[in-house]
Amino acid sequence: MTQSTTTTRSDPALRGGITPAKPRVATVWLDGCSGCHMSFLDLDERLFILAEKVDIVCSPVVDPKEFPPDVDLCLVEGAVSSHHDLEKAKLIRARSKVVAALGDCAVTGNVPAMRNFWEVEELFRRAYIENAEYPDTPEKRKANLPVLNVPPHERIARPLHEIIKVDLFIPGCPPPADAIFYVLTEFLAGRSPNITQVTRFGK
Amino acid sequence: MTMSPTTKPPAESLTLTIDGKDVSCRSGQTILDVARENDIDIPTLCQLDGLTTWGGCRLCLVEIAGSSKLFASCATQCTEGMNITTQSDRLLNYRRMILEMLFSERNHICAVCVSNGHCELQSMAQKLGVTHIHLPYRYPKLTVDSSQDRFRLDHNRCILCSRCVRVCGEIEGAHTKDLKGRGIKTFVINDLDQPWADAKSCTTCGKCVHVCPVGALTERGTAVSEMAKRRAFLPYLTSMREH
Ligand code: SF4
Ligand code: SF4
Repeated sequence: MTQSTTTTRSDPALRGGITPAKPRVATVWLDGCSGCHMSFLDLDERLFILAEKVDIVCSPVVDPKEFPPDVDLCLVEGAVSSHHDLEKAKLIRARSKVVAALGDCAVTGNVPAMRNFWEVEELFRRAYIENAEYPDTPEKRKANLPVLNVPPHERIARPLHEIIKVDLFIPGCPPPADAIFYVLTEFLAGRSPNITQVTRFGK
Repeated sequence: MTMSPTTKPPAESLTLTIDGKDVSCRSGQTILDVARENDIDIPTLCQLDGLTTWGGCRLCLVEIAGSSKLFASCATQCTEGMNITTQSDRLLNYRRMILEMLFSERNHICAVCVSNGHCELQSMAQKLGVTHIHLPYRYPKLTVDSSQDRFRLDHNRCILCSRCVRVCGEIEGAHTKDLKGRGIKTFVINDLDQPWADAKSCTTCGKCVHVCPVGALTERGTAVSEMAKRRAFLPYLTSMREH
């Protein structure tokens, strides 16, 4: 690892390359476990440094109802699994200058893609009926799959770059906070990060 | 398959150039051997010191001046005056492509793999700067053979390097393991394609498990990231045979 883990406000890497208006950063959670966002929160006190340098305009911790326009950098956690994910991914691409796949689910499909061996219906039957905790009665066996609150699913869960153009890849499950900070620092400095220096698949 | 160069009689000495560096060697040595003797790193996956050369993974491809072809350095003997390039954009491109094909061919989910953190495919991807897989993943439905008491064979993770086949035949002398099929339909088998537990020739020595570079052959009872391999036996047994 070459980046410093303790960074102060005077860190030159954070000062360089920033336009007068603060860059607009978004983070999005698709089909993932939120582990990447937990790792993002693990930036700890570096979140304050970040808050001075960028505007977080959309994130599970900010929660606007719609993905905003004119985003400079969007970090996307999770694979593209449902129709909702698919539409969201396209919207993100249309509204963001730089899109980064954050974590193995977005980069490789990872755990969400382990469902890809089965048809969606088989999968739903397993999840919502066979494994549901109520007695095995004739009613249970006849039960229907949920139609409300479960968005229709794509046949397979896919990595983000199979759906939209991705500019940066940050592998790891989850990527370490240091790796996320390094990518953000490099981005703000207008440099392209050498990501495999700091993380890998499964890290 | 070529025999290990160390079994050939020592012969004349040769001079050649690797990455602009003048080096010398004995005839019969491979480019890979000579590069390593001179601290020049060429990536490999199927090659393992102590086993015969396989030349299957193609990561060790190098360029030789005067030819537009690429040569597997593990299986190419040095000749007088050779001018070899081991690192170039073209080679890096091919090496990354090979790794990407390995990742997309079967099911590699590092985050939940017993070999996470101890895997040669994974660390090679990191070393060569593979950040994602350009090819679509295939998601083949593959089996896991857990019939054996101590070990497990997970075809989802196998990269068909044949190290297990070679160590079983050449070092243990059992030849339980082999490869069946061709191309993308190649699989590691035990005896006559039987469940491992029924393969009578297996001595359960575990050598195959420990030479396997990935999470395909593992000890049972290991959880995510717990399967570190132990290879010290191989150079030890090889040197016992040579001396
Ligand atoms: S075998 Fe290696 S590359 Fe494949 S899933 Fe396991 S750790 Fe990852
Ligand atoms: S099981 Fe392991 S050692 Fe055997 S061919 Fe597959 S990857 Fe190689």
